[in-house]
Parts: sequence; structure tokens; C-alpha cells
Amino acid sequence: MEVFLQTLVAGILKGGLYSLIGIGMTLIMGVMGIINLAHGQLMMVAMYVTFVCFHYLGIDPYLALFISAPLLFVLGMVIQKYTLNPLMEVESLLPENQVLMTVGIGMVLTEIARFVFGSDYRSLKTSYSSSAFYLGEISFSVALTAAFFLAVAFTVFMFWFLLKTDMGRSIRAVGQDKDAASLMGVNPRRITIITFGIGAALVAVAGTLLMPLYYLFPDIGGPFTRKAFVITILGGLGSTVGAIFGGVTLGLAESFGATYIGMAYDDMIGLLIFLLVLLFLPGGFKRLTKI
Amino acid sequence: MAETSGQKADCRPFASTHGEKNQKMTVKRILPLGLLFVLILFPLMVRDDYQQHLMILVLMWVVIGSGWNVIAGYTGQVSFGDAAFFGTGAYTAGLFAYKLGISAWWAMAFGGVMAMAVALPFGWICFRLKGAYFALATLALNEVMRHVATLWESLTDGMVGILIMQTFVSKVPYYYIALALAAVSVLSIEMIMGSKWGYYFVSIREDEDAAESLGIDTHFYKMVSLNIAAFLTGMAGSLYMNYMGFIDPEVVFSLHDISIMAILVGIVGGVGTLYGPVVGAFVMVAVHEFFRTGFFGFFNTLAVLTGSDVVHVVAGYVMQAHVLGFGILVVVVILLLPNGIVGDWEKMMGTLSSVRKKGMAG
Repeated sequence: MEVFLQTLVAGILKGGLYSLIGIGMTLIMGVMGIINLAHGQLMMVAMYVTFVCFHYLGIDPYLALFISAPLLFVLGMVIQKYTLNPLMEVESLLPENQVLMTVGIGMVLTEIARFVFGSDYRSLKTSYSSSAFYLGEISFSVALTAAFFLAVAFTVFMFWFLLKTDMGRSIRAVGQDKDAASLMGVNPRRITIITFGIGAALVAVAGTLLMPLYYLFPDIGGPFTRKAFVITILGGLGSTVGAIFGGVTLGLAESFGATYIGMAYDDMIGLLIFLLVLLFLPGGFKRLTKI
Repeated sequence: MAETSGQKADCRPFASTHGEKNQKMTVKRILPLGLLFVLILFPLMVRDDYQQHLMILVLMWVVIGSGWNVIAGYTGQVSFGDAAFFGTGAYTAGLFAYKLGISAWWAMAFGGVMAMAVALPFGWICFRLKGAYFALATLALNEVMRHVATLWESLTDGMVGILIMQTFVSKVPYYYIALALAAVSVLSIEMIMGSKWGYYFVSIREDEDAAESLGIDTHFYKMVSLNIAAFLTGMAGSLYMNYMGFIDPEVVFSLHDISIMAILVGIVGGVGTLYGPVVGAFVMVAVHEFFRTGFFGFFNTLAVLTGSDVVHVVAGYVMQAHVLGFGILVVVVILLLPNGIVGDWEKMMGTLSSVRKKGMAG
């Protein structure tokens, strides 16, 4: 029973971070209708930013949030403005050109990181990295718990932003109907740029929060991109509430898989869930919740 | 079918449409034959092992790129998972030799069949998905196959990989086998695309609902198209196993090196054109090597010539950053040549001549 509870707790805590990754992806998906296959790579960039902040400037990872998130916001806007938006006008046989472009961008980001930092594994050793507290028999990693609650805070903030501010309303409007939104005086081009920026900033937060717990190398982006799209498909494309469910589900599945089946299978479990969801619940959780 | 035939002729550059284009058509007929002739003579003229090796790779990519072009270019179902078929073919050949002791050459055809055995259930299930969803499913297939090959150690030896003896020391036999495979695949695709099937494929790409309403079983023909692609890609995989003599899951099920490369070969050459993948394979392998070897050793030579340390350091950086150059190329190609070299040929020529005219006027 203790093993079960421990696994459950670990899965939910991890799921909180995954939700944050998934919300960024699903925002981009909802507004632009493309899957951003450079999402994990953006996270990798944020992790390197955090690493540099800590290692060379001595800035605590939680303070580095205020550096990595704005930086990635700008990077995301630049990517959208100069590489993805121009593709909208291009006449091409394949509508998937934008998806391919994100793959190319992911490659470029990974290789730049490899070029600058080399392929070595890096990690941050903070005072709280490996400390834990106990509730009964179950241990909670301090960094993971802090990351979970910060992720929840950011998610709540995101909801407030999307539901209550003008900008958030414009984003949802463009996601629902681009033409109608532009008739209402919303500039869809500007909205896509800002949305990509926000998506990148959210994944940057997730990356920075993960940094004290995880190791870092240039290729880390790929697995997280895969996780991100599994989460998005699980939740239903474009659904923010779905992304939270998707994130927690994936976190739990990986956690239980690692405990009861084997560590090596955790990536595979995500992909199997992905295929199963595509087959039996093609709309994701969105179909069930109608949000 | 009649009312849309004009539109389809546009998509198929090799279809003879009007008398005035006859001359152009003969050029288009003669050019591939000439190319084939040059390719047959190539190993007799160029004896360098390295250059022959590159040409074998080019021919292999012609096969893979053509396969991708059938499903993605003609049928419009973009696949991000060609490596699943490529790896299946390679592992089939490898396991034939390694476990059964049968020559891996027998597995050439069987590798294609095994790839189809993967494609069949996958397509049957996943063709109910459309557009980006299908692309993601292929991506997942790619990853699942890689994990299966890694984790099923009793069969595949996992990350250790499979090592078999190569049949020939010389590269020439491999070259001709690859050339035959490439020529046959291009030819058979031309025949398929000239047949009823080809029209069905293109109609699915142009408008699936309309195709369905005209009585085309779109699910069935998408399956046919995927299986053709899988068969060709699987054969290429078997060829790779025979030629390289070593495979492991990271190499043959690689997302970037196989699946994305296949897409690039298709896109750079020209999506939905018969000779696009041929051109794309030449360009991509050349570019890949160009970056990997530091502009064909240009920087190294320069460093030796000038004796300057700075150039030497730059040379080192350039070689290190070869994948970066490759990634930047992806971005640039998609931005500037979304329909590829063959597809955008006239646009490119137009830009070139207008630049020339401007130069003359100025």
C-alpha cells in the first residue's frame, strides 16, 4: 500500500509539471492548428538558461524563472513571426509544412545547445535538490512539491488570463474562428505571435522548475516534445482543461509503469496511451468534459 | 473523372497533355534515360570508394524518398514514421542472417513484405485519423518500433545491434543492386501513378470528401498507397543492412536521420513529382556530406595551407556544427522552396531571369 501511495504521489506531482508543458502546447495548437514539435527543445533552451544563471551568475533556479520565462517569450515570438507566419501565405501541396518547420527549428535549437555547451550531462546541485519531507510513510521531494505548487499557480494564472483579460479573450476568439475574430477587430497575426510566445514561456517555467531535479543535455528536448504531444492528444487538441487531465494522467501512467512494469518502459507507456486514445477516444478528454 | 483531369495533369508533370508540350515531353523522357546511362557508367569511371559509397547512399535515399512521396506527396497523408518501415526491413534482413543463417539478400523482398506487415494493421487502424493526427500517429509508430527493437532483447539483442558479414568487399555490386532497386522503384511508381490507382491517390490528396462521394474507397486506397511506400522503404532498409553490415535501433529507427531525412528528400526535391525524390536524394546526401566533412575538407586544406590556428579552430567548429547546418537548411528550404526544386523549378528560373534582366538594365 505504501508503494502504491508513494507512486501515486510521485505521479501526481510529476503530472503537475507535465500539465504546464501541455498547456503551452495546447494553446499553440488551439490558435494556430499546428502541433509544435519544437516544444521540448524550447524547454531545453530554458533549462540551459537556468543552468547558466545558477552556475555562472549564482542565481537560484526559482529566481531564474524571471529570466528564463521572458527570454523564451521573446524567442517564441521571434520564431512565430519570422519562420511560421511567413509559411501561411506560401502555396504548397502539403498543409503540414508548418509542423515540419517546427521540427527544423527543434533541430537548430538542439544543435546550437550542443555547439555551445557540448554533449555533457549537466545538473544543478542546490541545497534542496535531494531533500525530502515525510507525511506519514510517504516522502515528498521538496523541489518536486515546490515545482508542483508553482505549476498549479501558473496554471491558475493562465486561466485567469485566458478568461478575464482582453488579450486572453482575443486568443480564445482566434482559436475559435479566425475570420470572425479579425472582423471583430482582432489582429490574428499578432495574436499568433503572442500565443507562441506564451506557449514558449509556459514551457520555460516547466523547464526551470524541473532543473533542480533533472539532468540536462542537448537531446533532452526530444523526449519532452513527445510527452507534450501525448498530453495534448490525451486532453484533446486545443483544450486547456484537457491538458491538465492529460498531464496528470501521463504523470500517473509513467509513475505506475516505472514501479510495476519497469523503468525502461516509461516512454513506451506514454506512446501506447497515445495510440489507445487516438483509437478509442479520438477527441481526448475534451470529448468527456465538453470544455 | 473527366471534369477534374485538367487539374490532375498539373500535378503529374510526366503526363502528356497538349501537342505544344511534345518537345518538352521528349526532353523529360530523354533526361531520365541519360541520367540512368550516366549512373550505369559511374562506377566504371569513378573508382574512389568514398564517392561510390556516397552514390550508394544517394540511390538508397531515392528509394526511400520515392516511397515517402507516394504516401505523402501523391496521397497527401504525411508520414513522420518512415523509419518504422526502414528499420523493420533492416531488422528482417539482419535477423535472417543472424538467427536463421539465411543470406540477408533473400530478405530483400521479405524485408519489404515485413514492412507491409507493419503498415497493414497500422494503416487499417490509423487511417481513420486525418491530417496532423495521422502524422502524429506515424511519429508514435516510429517511436514504438524503436522501443520494441530496443527492449525485445531476446530477438534483436537490443542496443547491442546486429552485425553480419558483408557479402562483397568491393562497393560496385552494392552500387548496381542499389541502382536497380532505385530504377525499378521510380519506374513502378511512374506506372502506378499513370494507372487508375494514381488518379485515386491524387484525388484523395486534393479533396478526400469529394473522392469519397465519387465512389472511391478512400480508406482502401490510402492503405494501398501506404503499403507501396512501406514495401519500398523496407526494401531500402534490407539493402542498408546488407551494405553496412551493422545496425542498431538508434540508427535504423532514428527519427531525425531516417524519418525526417525522408521528408526532406521529398520536400527538397519536390512533393508530388516523380523525379523530385531523385533530385532531393542527390541534394540532401551531398549537403549532408558537405557539412559533415567541413565543406569537403576545404577548411582543413585551408588551415594546412595558411598554417593559421584560427582557421584550424574554425574548421573544427564547422565540422562539429554539421547537424546545425543541416537544421538551418531545413528551415530555409521550407521557407523558400515549399514545393521543392522540381516543383518550384519554373519559379526559380523566373526569379533568376528577372534578376539577370535587372542586372543587364542596371
